[in-house]
Amino acid sequence: MEMAPQTTAVPRPVAARISLALVVDRLIRILLFLAAASSVLITVGIVFTLFYESAVFFRQVALLEFLTDTMWTPLFANPRYGILPLISGTLVTTFIALCVALPVGTIVAIYLSQFAPTVVREVLKPVLELLSAVPTVVFGYFALLFVSPLLQKLIPGLPAFNMLAAGLVMGIMIIPYVSSLSEDVMGAVPMLLREGSYAMGANRLRTALRVVVPASLSGIGAAYILAISRAVGETMIVAIAAGMQPNLTLNPLEGAATVTAYIVQVSLGDLPHGSLEYHSIFAAGITLFFMTLGFNIVGYILRTRYREFY
Amino acid sequence: MNNLETLISRSLWQDRFFNVLGILCTCVGLVTLLALLVDLAVDGATRINWQFMTSFPSRFANKAGILSAWVGTLAVMVVTAGAAIPLGIAAAIYLEEYAGKNWFTDFIEINIANLAGVPSIIYGLMALGLFVYKFHLGESILSAGLTLGFLVLPIIIVATRESLRSIPADIREASYAQGATQWQTVWSHLLPYATGGIATGVIIALSRAIGETAPLVTIGALTFIAFLPPTPIQATPPFLSLDWIWSKFTVLPIQMFNWVSRPQKEFHLNAAATGLILLVMTLSFNALAIYIRYRMRQRIKW
Repeated sequence: MEMAPQTTAVPRPVAARISLALVVDRLIRILLFLAAASSVLITVGIVFTLFYESAVFFRQVALLEFLTDTMWTPLFANPRYGILPLISGTLVTTFIALCVALPVGTIVAIYLSQFAPTVVREVLKPVLELLSAVPTVVFGYFALLFVSPLLQKLIPGLPAFNMLAAGLVMGIMIIPYVSSLSEDVMGAVPMLLREGSYAMGANRLRTALRVVVPASLSGIGAAYILAISRAVGETMIVAIAAGMQPNLTLNPLEGAATVTAYIVQVSLGDLPHGSLEYHSIFAAGITLFFMTLGFNIVGYILRTRYREFY
Repeated sequence: MNNLETLISRSLWQDRFFNVLGILCTCVGLVTLLALLVDLAVDGATRINWQFMTSFPSRFANKAGILSAWVGTLAVMVVTAGAAIPLGIAAAIYLEEYAGKNWFTDFIEINIANLAGVPSIIYGLMALGLFVYKFHLGESILSAGLTLGFLVLPIIIVATRESLRSIPADIREASYAQGATQWQTVWSHLLPYATGGIATGVIIALSRAIGETAPLVTIGALTFIAFLPPTPIQATPPFLSLDWIWSKFTVLPIQMFNWVSRPQKEFHLNAAATGLILLVMTLSFNALAIYIRYRMRQRIKW
């Protein structure tokens, strides 16, 4: 300890113990720092692998062809590598999922934060969150063998593998992502604002829609973006229930492969390391990574912004 | 006057209408959860018996079982927990207690927030390129456990940080006033008080890892595994062996995926049985976490 010239003599053993404790403290500080910094290494690992492996792919397939060709047929004699059919599959399933999750999730959030009694909210919120804890492979089973047959009764001629069933189930899975985060933000809106609205004679619904929702808009936006990012990256539900045939279509009644389902499909086969197919899943992966990264950054900005509001 | 009455009654009806709408929308989620459970139970419950738990996968649906799958899940979870828990808690302690306000801390924070949002299959691709082929760990329990460990790391970090943050500054100041170093304060005061919150995070993280399929599919987890990894306890000295971490493996969700992808109805029953086991496991893990959180909120009042 470099604190002071020791006028009152500290007994030697005590001084030794103190300096030992300080050394241990320094050492542990370094160890803890390394643990925190290692999370950066994971990101580096992800980015490096994706770039390194897909670079091999892009040396053989031009980026322009990859982004504009309308066929994805890596296994044909004359292979073509256009990512558009996979992107269309991802867009359609994501769109269906959002059509379910955004309205339902928002209404649930408004209901739980403004209408439901406290007890109901305290019970329902964690129970709803169980939805996002269910393993996605189980949801895939449910979509293929429960929801899809049900839809086939309603829509004659619907194939067993279709994007509609996959999208609907995915939508229900991400309801809690929308409702929980939105509810948190709405709960943080100061009571004064709400009381002001009630005092002007507004009812609960009007207060919710005109005061609470606008005040928590950026938080709700962050919740929406988190939901979109989840839906885009979701794998097992679409791999099981939407089929694995690349299909450039916007019709939800057909089956189609998504970017994620393609990666699963190739991985299931016997994958020769170093083949173009092997590298193609990394090209698909990097597309996915950039799509979700964009959403995550926007979501992060929105979330940090709403914290500074009050 | 009449006008005002209609206005008020309309306003009341609007509220009532939305109340019903809110309940209905909440029910969408709840009913799905219930339908999921019932559907799996109806299809799969009859398949769950001793033979199912103690048999290897087979070409014949009624002879097939999940022995290698549940042993594999258990082994992978041991590696995942071993990697993610110490690393996650340490990182959280640094960020919450030690880190100064500077660009590098901000960078780490943004990085962790982003990692939490990376789709799980991307972790699988990283594991395939890095663990399997660069580090030559192979399609082993070790590769799988590390992959899932990294995947759930942000969950543990966030949970630990939140529970550290909820401890009032008085506790720290009291400890420093007694001459404790920062680490002594963390070890003997902050960590014990944060145990409940950390446990909740760990449970949620492991329940997420148990159900993950996609990242393990990409590292080529074989689906037909009719053997068990070598046992960790040996008859000869040194009695403990780590050979099992190099073994090939399968896990419950992959076994389920394999059965669901087959056209035969009998295999779907096996898938349902596996799904039921998975669902009951993850739901009870989460229920436990909710219970711990609830008890904590009741017990600790600063």
